[in-house]
Amino acid sequence: MIPILICFILIYGTAKKIPTYEAFVEGGKEGITMSFSIIPFLVGMLVAISVFRASGALDFIVQFLKPLLQMLHIPAEILPLAIIRPISGTAALGMTSDLISFHGPDSFIGRLAATIQGSTDTTFYVLTVYFGAVGIKKMGDAVKVGLLADLVGIIAAIIVVTLVFGTK
Amino acid sequence: MVNYLWVGMTVIGVLFAMVNGTIDQVNEALFKSAKDAVTLCFGLMSILVFWLGLMKIAQESGLLDKLSGFFRPLVRRLFPEVPPNHPAMGYILSNMMANLFGLGNAATPLGIKAMEQLKELNGGKATVSRSMITFLAINTSSITLIPTTVIAIRMTYHSKSPTDIVFPTIIATAISAVAAIAIDRYFYLKRTRNGVK
Repeated sequence: MIPILICFILIYGTAKKIPTYEAFVEGGKEGITMSFSIIPFLVGMLVAISVFRASGALDFIVQFLKPLLQMLHIPAEILPLAIIRPISGTAALGMTSDLISFHGPDSFIGRLAATIQGSTDTTFYVLTVYFGAVGIKKMGDAVKVGLLADLVGIIAAIIVVTLVFGTK
Repeated sequence: MVNYLWVGMTVIGVLFAMVNGTIDQVNEALFKSAKDAVTLCFGLMSILVFWLGLMKIAQESGLLDKLSGFFRPLVRRLFPEVPPNHPAMGYILSNMMANLFGLGNAATPLGIKAMEQLKELNGGKATVSRSMITFLAINTSSITLIPTTVIAIRMTYHSKSPTDIVFPTIIATAISAVAAIAIDRYFYLKRTRNGVK
């Protein structure tokens, strides 16, 4: 599906007489800035997470929560990511990469982490930036709506990933 | 919040390691993960450069604007307080398109413009309006068509099929978007029933 989409965009651009190659290069530059700018965030987060994991502290917490979460059919490994996802985008990105590298990209946890990361956004960041930019201090119900929607999104991710790939 | 979490994980990790006798593993993990993080960013770069380059073509050729026309009738119904030809509607649509195609950097300024327009519609008051909450509810549920970063991470760690999470992601994101809109409506009705708008 993706190669077809690429072709379509290129043909459409050509038909509209856009300098396609120049536009591509222009946009691509943004990709470089973006990947460089996340390096310090990821180094900081991945180091903290892996120290936490290597020490055995993460396992300790996961084992502690497992019986409770198992009743709700929630894999305990995913809980830290679910909690951090609405709060910090880069922290969540760090956790997602950690889960994917530790459990493997094609494992249940790896796929679930990827789906959660892709299907929800950093609610608090969005609220802070958008409300902050227009000088609105009282957020009303926005926080509740955003967090409840995140919760639904995470539950949906667990169900969909289980249905599509099974729990292996 | 993030500061406490970050310091907390590291400090608790080190203290736990001292008790648990895993300090050597922690020492090793420390340097390995720092290296992994940098490697990962380079892995992400290839995809981000390619995708953002391609999307620039889609943007300049007017393809994204064209697609936004397709969503207009739906979005109009979500924002009954916004007149159909008000600039706010245009910004809301462009912001949604940018998010849909994973252009986070382009989405934010458009979203801020939309908020400014919504504030004007609300008489410039420093209070939140119904449309603002709806707009943010949709934004935080992040409707994405192709989760580029996640695909790139999966590629870096040698997934057999890095894109096979695209379908579950779209389904999950659609469910959370619908939920966001429903929850938003519920709170709106609750507010109006209590007499405060």
